[in-house]
Amino acid sequence: MISLGHYLALGAVLFSIAVAGIFINRKNVIVLLMAIELMLLAVNINFIAFSRYLGDVNGQVFVFFILTVAAAEAAIGLAILVGLFRNRATINVGELDSLSG
Amino acid sequence: MSFHLLAFYFFAAVTAGAALAVISVRNMVHAALCLVLTFFSCACVWLLAEAEFLAIALVLVYVGAVMVLFLFVVMMLDLREHDTREGFARYLPVGIVVALLMVAEMLTLIGLQRFDQALPTADPAQAAGSNIAWLGTAVFTDYLYPFELAAVILTVAIIAAIALTLRRREGVKHQDPSRQVKVKRADRIRIIKMKAEKPEVES
Repeated sequence: MISLGHYLALGAVLFSIAVAGIFINRKNVIVLLMAIELMLLAVNINFIAFSRYLGDVNGQVFVFFILTVAAAEAAIGLAILVGLFRNRATINVGELDSLSG
Repeated sequence: MSFHLLAFYFFAAVTAGAALAVISVRNMVHAALCLVLTFFSCACVWLLAEAEFLAIALVLVYVGAVMVLFLFVVMMLDLREHDTREGFARYLPVGIVVALLMVAEMLTLIGLQRFDQALPTADPAQAAGSNIAWLGTAVFTDYLYPFELAAVILTVAIIAAIALTLRRREGVKHQDPSRQVKVKRADRIRIIKMKAEKPEVES
């Protein structure tokens, strides 16, 4: 049978892949946004697994809200990206240094 | 090994493989399409956990809306490849080392005994009738206020996304409906008094 550990392991693997993606694509804002979506997906897998294991609906409710916030985050992130590209004609993180941070 | 377990391994392998492709392929459009595959196979994994509503919501919201938005932006922006791949080979070793360390640490935390804790065979949503009834009862009673806040967040996100991308362009002729409605007769025509002119006589 599928156990709790299988789901948690899948979530852990997916989260680590997303972290690796942030490390190796650190110049590309779009892939960074995609890696953040992958991280949220990994967290959601854990929520679903525990909701099923404990028979508790709260885990699924939280996944519902995380999906909502992630959709809003993706929309605003891409809007900022379009605005940046319009002004600077690049999405390279290294060149987006006008705030001198 | 039951059919459920085989199906889980298959979906999990596709999910992880597609996620690896997302972060490593050269073409951004291919990365977005691989992310679609990741979300889809993850929805299949959720179906195995009997979270039917959330699995369908994942397909509808992510594959249907968010990923189309990603594809739209990727295709709209004129990306230069050497820009987006800069530093890829340089950070690859440290990325792999960090990812493997994190997987090892998290698997250690999960521990072997978690793999003996089989999920309960009875679907917990059975008592409420179905998964949608189970989830909907919770959302519309205990979580009604957060639910409305989520609606407000989505509205704010829409307004913010439009406000960020809206721009007034110079030198473009456009209509202003409020000025058109408010216009008076006196603004447009001027009545003057003058004598009638005689037609010139042709000789």
